[in-house]
Amino acid sequence: MSQQQGFVMGFVHRRRRGAELFLLVLALAVGVGAYAAVGIGVEGKVPADIVGYGSWLAALSVVGHVTVRLVAPYADPVLLPVVVALNGLGLAVIHRLDLAYEDAGRAAHTFARQQLTWMTLGVVLFVVTLVVLRDHRVLTRFTYTSGLAAILLLLLPMVPGVGKTINGAKIWIGVGPFSFQPGELAKVLLVVAFAGYLVLHRDALALAGRRVAGIDLPRGRDLGPILAMWLVSLGILIFQRDLGSSLLFFGLFLVMLYVATERAGWLVVGVLLFLAGAAGSYQFLGHVQNRVNIWLDPMGYYDKTPGSFQLVEGLFGMAWGGLIGRGFGGGSPDRVPYANSDFIISSIGEELGLTGVMAVVLCYGLIVERALRAALICRDGFGKLMATGLAAVLALQVFVVIGGVTKLIPLTGLTTPFLSYGGSSLVANWVIAALLLRISDQARRPVPDLSPVEDEQADEQATQVVRL
Amino acid sequence: MNKPIRTISLFCLLLFLALMVNATYLQYWKADSYDKNGLNRRVIEAAYSQQRGAILVDGEPVAESVESDDDYDFQRVYEEPFKYAHETGYFSFYDQTGIERSQNDVLSGDDDVLFVNKLVDLLSNKSGKGGNVVLTLDGKAQDAAYQGLDDLPGDVEASVVAIQPSTGKILAMASLPTFDPNKLASHDFSAVKEDYDRLQGAEDEPLLNRAIQTTLPPGSTFKLVTAAAALESGKYTADGDVPGGPSYQLPQTSGDTGLIDNEGRSCGTDKIPFEQALAQSCNTTFARLGVELGGDALKEQADKFGFDQRYLTDIGPQAVSTFPSDATEPEAGQSGIGQFDVRATPLQMAMVAAAIANQGKLMKPYLVDSIQSPELETLKQTEPEEIDEAVSPETADGLTQLMVATVEGTANGVPGTAGPAAIPGVTVAGKTGTAQSGNPDVPPYAWFVSFAPAQDPEVAVAVMIQKIDGVDRGEIAGGLLGGPIAKAVMEAVIK
Repeated sequence: MSQQQGFVMGFVHRRRRGAELFLLVLALAVGVGAYAAVGIGVEGKVPADIVGYGSWLAALSVVGHVTVRLVAPYADPVLLPVVVALNGLGLAVIHRLDLAYEDAGRAAHTFARQQLTWMTLGVVLFVVTLVVLRDHRVLTRFTYTSGLAAILLLLLPMVPGVGKTINGAKIWIGVGPFSFQPGELAKVLLVVAFAGYLVLHRDALALAGRRVAGIDLPRGRDLGPILAMWLVSLGILIFQRDLGSSLLFFGLFLVMLYVATERAGWLVVGVLLFLAGAAGSYQFLGHVQNRVNIWLDPMGYYDKTPGSFQLVEGLFGMAWGGLIGRGFGGGSPDRVPYANSDFIISSIGEELGLTGVMAVVLCYGLIVERALRAALICRDGFGKLMATGLAAVLALQVFVVIGGVTKLIPLTGLTTPFLSYGGSSLVANWVIAALLLRISDQARRPVPDLSPVEDEQADEQATQVVRL
Repeated sequence: MNKPIRTISLFCLLLFLALMVNATYLQYWKADSYDKNGLNRRVIEAAYSQQRGAILVDGEPVAESVESDDDYDFQRVYEEPFKYAHETGYFSFYDQTGIERSQNDVLSGDDDVLFVNKLVDLLSNKSGKGGNVVLTLDGKAQDAAYQGLDDLPGDVEASVVAIQPSTGKILAMASLPTFDPNKLASHDFSAVKEDYDRLQGAEDEPLLNRAIQTTLPPGSTFKLVTAAAALESGKYTADGDVPGGPSYQLPQTSGDTGLIDNEGRSCGTDKIPFEQALAQSCNTTFARLGVELGGDALKEQADKFGFDQRYLTDIGPQAVSTFPSDATEPEAGQSGIGQFDVRATPLQMAMVAAAIANQGKLMKPYLVDSIQSPELETLKQTEPEEIDEAVSPETADGLTQLMVATVEGTANGVPGTAGPAAIPGVTVAGKTGTAQSGNPDVPPYAWFVSFAPAQDPEVAVAVMIQKIDGVDRGEIAGGLLGGPIAKAVMEAVIK
């Protein structure tokens, strides 16, 4: 680590807040432009409330930007604009679907309006997170608290009276008229808990075990955490019937374990466990079997229940969109059930084409790789782990949901971060964005000069002692 | 921890690459097959909201899209639904058939020949209309064919095909029973479903285009092919004699099953003129010729006329007419009179007549004459195409002579079996056929093929009557039932 620190000390990151502002303007152009395009495409005129809508979106972006400028001036300049662009695009698509539902004679829909409210709450939490959390390492204090809270949140939907089953998955809780997916929040808490736990125990977990076929396998007694996580994932799968989250949590844990211990052996064990779990659940769980069968032969299940109507309609939509799409209002994305949540990418594929899908995937790629970059240059293990964990959560979630909708892998229900309609998901993802910005701010911030400058030798020694 | 983080970032890169490659595969390479999937309503819905091109016969639309004021912008209308149902096919929410299906790209405006029109529409911000498909059908010939079948007594299952011998243009194609494509194109989807289910379940299969989708034993009309093989072999001439006789026992057989007779027609005792043999449709002669020439020679001749091939590309699916391979001697004898495993569609038999009429040259039959832009400007014209030389011009002349004798009954003063097709003032060439179905409970099939004028043929016709309820079994004969219809169709073209 000394080399890296020397490198960091020799190189001072620029703040690049101006770049962020410029990119934000572009991101706003995406969001507001898409909203105008929806109006023109569907109703033939620019929406009457474009000024109010645009101003609100701009105000939220400015609030975010100013907060970053004030409390995290060295934070990565790319993350916030990409998030705003995705969120803005998502809003436009949801609005387009609202109009389609009204057009089809169904009751007026206000998903876009609600999503805007959720986005506002998301930005508020983004600001609160950045302002309250001046140093992410504070979170190490909450390692076990976060873990416990995460598990409680995950169990909550199974408490009678509180939990709600929506579309066959018991992952919701209902409080009055509101429903909330606690798994989304648990995701963030789990990253904090894992990072805290692993940074403490990484040495023990990294101890050499047996070497089998050139791979260092961990000792049996160290398998505890991974087995526990495996069981929790299986529990989510079996009791909550939530394929996506199960995959997500296990994958997340595996990635963090691997990064903490630097041992590929964990990956081998993890993948074996995953395969065992997958094979077992395919054998014994009807809904898993069903998903796999549909994946293998979607056309054969088109008019069955449970069937592949949603998947196939999504595929038809994306194929219909082709390379450049039908344009907003030109397709019929509302044919796909839940087009505004799990299947929002198929709506984008239909009306914005492959071009739009590529742009969205690239945006996610940017977020993930910028987050991993923050992890690379971060100076403390906890920050590295947390940034990697958050990046992995996003990457896995995007892969699982977009891969599922485009028939790359069997379909599992998850939201598309920042795009999909859904309050819990949007708010949680804005918090993730805040955490990533906080870590990157810490990583890019110049190291306070604590050593006497005169002596070159002493300078190098100082890097050994100073821990930041 | 940086090394594993780098590995993870590489891993994430792979995940995203996989998503992008898969999306490209889905939206570029696979898109076309998803668009064409029968379950895909999007494409149909889009088709409903766009003005589809017309299908034209003699410059008049037999199918066109008119503006509609319900959920969809346009309604497909078939002007003379029953008469043209099997050619136009139907354009329904669930699927399409006939020209509506095979020319869908043109009618919907997606075809490359319409690219410039599409570009102009795009630039002038008009919603594009599809191209028109002009059929080769001759309205009067089609009327005659359809009316002829429809006037037969009782419920019939029958079909007529007429071809222009020199080009292969299909001038008439009628099939009964028929259906109303308007009902299937309706925007009342539950009614459509109901009607479709009824048509699907109907015992007499009204959706079937019997002209190209039903193969039956061609019976005596196949004797034209046998005669062609005999003349081509060089052993016989149209003016010469062929073996005759009241009955013929097929080789390697004994008893009634292998005994061929002439059902009382005059076929001499030993040698008779070829003209008499065809005019009287002598089974003994042609069974003998079949045995003598052999199964391979017959098959070769049949294939030159188009058997065992798919030549029709404009509408489908086309049933393939077959002649059995490796026929034994008795099988060759049976095949020589169009029985055993010989199967032909009416279109195939019309092609046999057309090839004879066209000096032996077999032309590829086609139904789409040209493709027009929405402004009626011709964008693509179908060129006639020769499939094969079925017989030499000399053989064709000989066959024509024999077929004329069959209509005019010149030999021995006995009227020929094809007499009912005679047109005053025009020389007609024809051949009848009555084929046993092989099942004693099923009445025989009546066939008739002909062309006219014999010297300079303008039209070749095949009539096939698969089932007719209003006629006694004994009276089912090709000449009696099919002759007048063929005559009407030929007259419609010539006059």
